[in-house]
Amino acid sequence: MPDAAGAPSRPPIRVGLFVTCLVDLIRPSVGFAAVKLLEDAGCTVFVPSQTCCGQPAYNSGDRATTRDIARQTIAAFEDCDYVVAPSGSCAGMLAKHYPELFVDEPELARKANAFSGKCFELISFLVDVLKVAKVSAHYDGEVAYHDSCSGLRELGVASQPRKLLGTVEGLRLVELNGADVCCGFGGTFAVKYGEISDAIVAQKTANVVASGAATLLAGDLGCLMNMAGKLQRQGSNVSVRHVAEVLSGVTDEPAIGAPQARGSRN
Amino acid sequence: MTAAATSSHFKENAHAALRDAPLQKALQHVRANFIDKRAKAAARLPEFEALRDSARDIKDHTLANLDLYIEAYEARVVEAGGQVHYAATAKDGVDLVLELCRERGAKAVTKGKSMISEEMGLNAALEAAGIEPIETDLGEYIIHLRGEAPSHIIAPAVHLNKEQIAEDFRRAHHDLPRDRDLSRPEQLLTEARGILREKFLSADIGITGANFLIAETGASIIVTNEGNGDLTQILPKVHIVIASLEKIVPTLEDASQLLRVLARSATGQDMSVYTTLSTGPRRAGDPDGPEEYHVILLDNGRSAMLGGEFEDMLRCIRCGACMNHCPVYHAVGGHAYGSVYPGPMGAVLTPSLIGVAEGGQLPNASTFCGRCEAVCPVRIPLPNMMRHWREREFERRLSPATMRYGIGFWAFFAKRPALYRLSTDVAMRALHWFGRGKGRFSSLPFAGGWTRYRDLPAPQGATFQSRWRAKSGRVA
Repeated sequence: MPDAAGAPSRPPIRVGLFVTCLVDLIRPSVGFAAVKLLEDAGCTVFVPSQTCCGQPAYNSGDRATTRDIARQTIAAFEDCDYVVAPSGSCAGMLAKHYPELFVDEPELARKANAFSGKCFELISFLVDVLKVAKVSAHYDGEVAYHDSCSGLRELGVASQPRKLLGTVEGLRLVELNGADVCCGFGGTFAVKYGEISDAIVAQKTANVVASGAATLLAGDLGCLMNMAGKLQRQGSNVSVRHVAEVLSGVTDEPAIGAPQARGSRN
Repeated sequence: MTAAATSSHFKENAHAALRDAPLQKALQHVRANFIDKRAKAAARLPEFEALRDSARDIKDHTLANLDLYIEAYEARVVEAGGQVHYAATAKDGVDLVLELCRERGAKAVTKGKSMISEEMGLNAALEAAGIEPIETDLGEYIIHLRGEAPSHIIAPAVHLNKEQIAEDFRRAHHDLPRDRDLSRPEQLLTEARGILREKFLSADIGITGANFLIAETGASIIVTNEGNGDLTQILPKVHIVIASLEKIVPTLEDASQLLRVLARSATGQDMSVYTTLSTGPRRAGDPDGPEEYHVILLDNGRSAMLGGEFEDMLRCIRCGACMNHCPVYHAVGGHAYGSVYPGPMGAVLTPSLIGVAEGGQLPNASTFCGRCEAVCPVRIPLPNMMRHWREREFERRLSPATMRYGIGFWAFFAKRPALYRLSTDVAMRALHWFGRGKGRFSSLPFAGGWTRYRDLPAPQGATFQSRWRAKSGRVA
């Protein structure tokens, strides 16, 4: 299947970008990378007013708040054909957990089910739905890819990012031992059980360093911040980026947690 | 009479475990061994995933009709000449065992590996009554010598290294030559076998657990790799099976299907070395077997789980795959959980057994990585059930106040998109300015829980939503 960008016969697909709170607040460049990838694939991208998918409340047992946020999100994206998030964890929340929130209310359950059916994680959406087979990007060096848990186990995101990374010019994907093992982030877990989270991420960073890769990629900013933060605390100079940045070729911003190059723009 | 749980001290226990060098060394083996073996065993069997579905369905069907199957099971046991006793609580279970022991003047009982025995705190109760419990599973034997609880449901001594065990054996088996070589695992095994052989012959009663109880035939099944279960149940005059209600399955065929996923999920074996069925006492003409056969069926909170949010947990066949694949278990080991059952299955089951006020830490101590659910042979949605416990805690205001206020503060903004957008934009611009030199923070007020262990990346400046609006010329 050719690159969808050049297919004039297809009406543009209206994609609502659920940018995720972490990308919105910490790393907007990932959001713009996602927009570029979607537009290159022939989509029209919308960014409805949004806050968070509700996971912090959901995983803390606060179901009432989670439902309020879910209702708000479902309404905000009503007009979109698809809802796409550059995160397996948030996409998993939208696609797998929203329906569970409204099991006792048929009308809301119907809406939540319809909404969930159109929610996707970015990279799997590109590959599985839009049939994107290659990207036009360049990135020099050896790269390790970490499978973030929710994307991998709730949504089956594993082969899609590797497939597209394989088409990035200059990039060599190296084996990361235990790539599918949790990095220890787990949302509030990282703070509630910081010491255990630290022990788990230390295993991960040891594997990253052992892989010899100069760059570490993943599809979830939470995991990336955790792994980057630990690598930097350990004095490692591995660059950490969201996979969408590399696939879109938008890598002019410093890597996660890295200082701004002297004299560069903001 | 459950052994005192320290689950409410999970954090403190974990803190100590992370600094315990021998434990950390032993935990490397869990990470390295179990995962690979299970993966290979599953890959060797094309129908493995279908078998998991079938295993789930068998357990669901049984749980939906549990009363009928319990009645049928009891009838078959009685037909075979045995007796079934019901224990509503762990204490009732202990009392039943002690009564059987006292009536028969038992001085020593051999025991096959049983988590129900741990749940009942049976060893301590037997010792208090002047009866010697002899654990015959090697792992159980070792931890009994050490006065410890199991740290894993199928590998009770997995937290130990062979050097520690050699030391324990030298201390406990003081009749043997001091200078004997105990550097290899086989030597430890041989020594334990030698000691246990005499004990098997002298025991008055043998107590085993059960992996399955079969309603169709009244048989109980145990699986072992050492054959110790066979000797425990055949040699003494009395065999007592202690098992919880949900071990019942309708037919031998059902048990066979479950056996196909059990060992593969647990140790990566196609089958355990010994799969032993026992049905009633010795019959006329049998070459061996006990004179009496008793089954103690323990409830201890399980019937209350039927029909509720936690019913799926009763599908558990105790393979241990969830803990073998759990990053938290790998980091801190089983004892840190401070409960009979550790790991993900323990995190769900423990609050049912000791209450969420006491056991609530365990379902919170999970990253929800989902690996446990991904390998569970009966597809128990473990992360979802841990979340249900968190919901119960939240409803009952048992979760820490800082967490509840934090969520409340965050929710105030998350439910007001316009306010959220404005305030986060200001905050992120400010944080960007403070962090612009290094691109990250090594400490930050209110973020100490994060920055104590790792750096925090500085935001890039204005938020995505603010930039997007500026770019697309929209204000709303």
